[in-house]
Amino acid sequence: MARIVGIDLGTTNSLIAYMDGKVPTIIADAAGDRLVPSIVAYTPEGLQVGDTAKEQLTRHPERTVYSVKRFMGKGLSDVQDELQYFPYRLTEQAGVIQIHIGDKALTPPEISAMILKELKSRAERFFGEEIRKAVITVPAYFNDSQRQATKDAGKIAGLDVMRIVNEPTAAALAYGLQKRKQGLIAVYDLGGGTFDISILKLKGGIFEVLATNGNTHLGGDDFDRRLMEVMLEEIKTTHGAHIKKHPELAQEVRVRAEQAKCRLSSEKEVSVEVPLPEDGGTYRRVFSRKEFEAMVTDLIERTLSPTRKALVDAGLSAADVDEVVLVGGSTRMPLVRQKVEALFGKPPHCELNPDEVVALGAAVQASILAGGIQDMLLLDVTPLTLGIETMGGVMSSLVRRNTTIPTSAKEMFTTFVDGQTSVDIHILQGERELAKDNRSLARFQLKIPPLPASVPRVEVTFMIDANGILSVTARDVRTGEAQSIEVKPSYGLSDQEVERMIHESYIFAQQDIKERQRIEAVNEAQSILRATDKALARAAEIQDLTTSEEQEAIRQSAAELTQSLTGHDHRKIRQAIEALNRASSPLAERLMNHSLQDALKDKKLSQMP
Amino acid sequence: MAIVKKELPLARSMCWHCQSDIGGEYFCQQCVKVQPLSKDIDYFTALGLPRKLNIDTGMLETKFYEMSRAFHPDFYEGKSDMERAVSLANSATLNQAYSTLKSPIERVEYLLRLEAGSAKEIPGKAPTELFEILLEIQEQLEQLQTLKAQKGTGSEEIVGRLRAERGTLEAKRGALERRLAELFQLWDRLVDRSSSDQGQKTEKEQVLKQMRDIVSQRNYLNTMLANIAEALE
Repeated sequence: MARIVGIDLGTTNSLIAYMDGKVPTIIADAAGDRLVPSIVAYTPEGLQVGDTAKEQLTRHPERTVYSVKRFMGKGLSDVQDELQYFPYRLTEQAGVIQIHIGDKALTPPEISAMILKELKSRAERFFGEEIRKAVITVPAYFNDSQRQATKDAGKIAGLDVMRIVNEPTAAALAYGLQKRKQGLIAVYDLGGGTFDISILKLKGGIFEVLATNGNTHLGGDDFDRRLMEVMLEEIKTTHGAHIKKHPELAQEVRVRAEQAKCRLSSEKEVSVEVPLPEDGGTYRRVFSRKEFEAMVTDLIERTLSPTRKALVDAGLSAADVDEVVLVGGSTRMPLVRQKVEALFGKPPHCELNPDEVVALGAAVQASILAGGIQDMLLLDVTPLTLGIETMGGVMSSLVRRNTTIPTSAKEMFTTFVDGQTSVDIHILQGERELAKDNRSLARFQLKIPPLPASVPRVEVTFMIDANGILSVTARDVRTGEAQSIEVKPSYGLSDQEVERMIHESYIFAQQDIKERQRIEAVNEAQSILRATDKALARAAEIQDLTTSEEQEAIRQSAAELTQSLTGHDHRKIRQAIEALNRASSPLAERLMNHSLQDALKDKKLSQMP
Repeated sequence: MAIVKKELPLARSMCWHCQSDIGGEYFCQQCVKVQPLSKDIDYFTALGLPRKLNIDTGMLETKFYEMSRAFHPDFYEGKSDMERAVSLANSATLNQAYSTLKSPIERVEYLLRLEAGSAKEIPGKAPTELFEILLEIQEQLEQLQTLKAQKGTGSEEIVGRLRAERGTLEAKRGALERRLAELFQLWDRLVDRSSSDQGQKTEKEQVLKQMRDIVSQRNYLNTMLANIAEALE
């Protein structure tokens, strides 16, 4: 079977890993960096992803997209409260957020696909072969739309997504593989934007998830914001600078706030400096860990209620849990560790790198799928109750939360009116009584042959696969024939849209390659032109080194090269570079010899006794 | 004891792939392809158990893990579409079977569905001897809600009374569960005797009826206790 890689597509950072024999291993880039910042910038210099895009955060804030994971599978109204924090413009089209960068409008799956492509090409450089298959992780508490959006992102990036795995369970796989532990473990995963808690039973190579809970909108980003709010308020009152007028200032403050937060995990206090716009001087401030902790205690405490609920659903008390494993960068905060320890009554394990363990687990799951690891099996659950809207706007549940997946449920449908040819089914996900309080996943239109009322009997099967993704099929009970079902996702891309995006991303990539080749050629041309100028100037100082014909020929070639730079064809530039090289290389050689002789002469003189 | 031929829990007796006799095994002995479980299979049969109510949950788990290793889609990634579809459907059935039989209450509800055609969720029924106290609780819950809405005083007294009444309900629930455990034993003995005479059939029906009644009362108490818990939060 072809190679399958494991990908942690994170809010803040993303990673890619593979199984090196029996050891899951992160793939680093040439410089040894293991994390790819989940940032995409589309600037006049072109598309940038990762570290180079991170540098654009303060330079081109309105063209640099970060934390895109928070928008996956969501509509604009879901993120209304935090719109003010994002410097890029967001709109909505048919239930899908559109992120505007320059004249482009891109959906979150398309932006995520750019990050996935960066990871993909990193792995391709490493293996020297094309990578087509991947396991991608998502927060356990992601709903169907968010999972589907992640799968779409993979498709757009040219990846066959073999499995969507929950992040805490992936972490448990990596942890279990390494420690060969048995018993009950709790994985507490607080990342950049999401919180998950999963309770698992580890026994004889089986990883059975007993319960999971979480909050897909709680993480390190929110801690940064608390610091940011304080800093921006102080900057406004003392320096009169307002972020509305200076989006780059907001980004500058956000970046400094994030750095300060990270340092406060190991230091008791940090001093923060922010250069202010329009030569407004510098904002200086010292934050102590105590002060910071007071700002975020309530956020951390918001993780405790889902944790207790997961324990109740698993039929356990905190004391039953043998080990607590911490995952996600935010669990480096001492206050998080204290709260977790207080809840479980035992110190949590934090010897695994909380940034890497999820990607490592994804590689383990990839190996299980590829038939490499055969003695481990993950049995995961669906995090949220799945149901349909019934009379009076009530949700009737079909699959309860924490049901082991894959699972299915059947429901019989009939008609109320003679000759009725379709039935609408509204699929919901959530724990509330009323349909309107739950997440709308999709509306299905079931086609029914025209018959007298309540004669048709159509059995609809709702199947949740091992990815936690729903599919629906229908069968006419009388004839046994399959009935067609038309799906309208409430917050997602249609199959046609995904197809279009795959195509566009391919064209985009082609343009991208051409653009990159052009930029490289231009850079090379400019350095050659500079060298040529220098050579001509130097040659003029030395007697009899060059003829005026030769100089003229070189100048002519240089002018042609300069001219070629205005075009878009990198091959023309390359040809002009070649021509200039041919014209100037004899002179360059003579210059080289001349300086060599000079050097030798100097040496001999200086070395005379 | 007579040796009975293993019950066929499969959809068909011939392998869908090579047409050879599969003799009730999950995998064809000739071509090793996974075989689909029957659509009408009941959960006891799916897990290789008799229709009894006392189940060794440790053994149940072992069986579940063993069958998960046989059917889970993780092990069918490179296989044909048909094998993957069988793996998905079998896993879904297995997971539902395990979660249903794992919990004693869901187990008996399921048995009632199989044996007595009960609804999926047995509607709650108030235990008659608690009728008065249940009425009181209902009243107090309403009062508490009104007080909360108007931010009025005097809720402490109601809260105290609800706490005490909660104890009464919990005690009753405990008693119901103990009685249910006795009926589990009774049912299992009747299954073991496995005769087909009319007397035993009537006896079985009696036990089922009693169990149904207890489950129904317990469901009622559960809802009420959940309401109290919510009000006291």
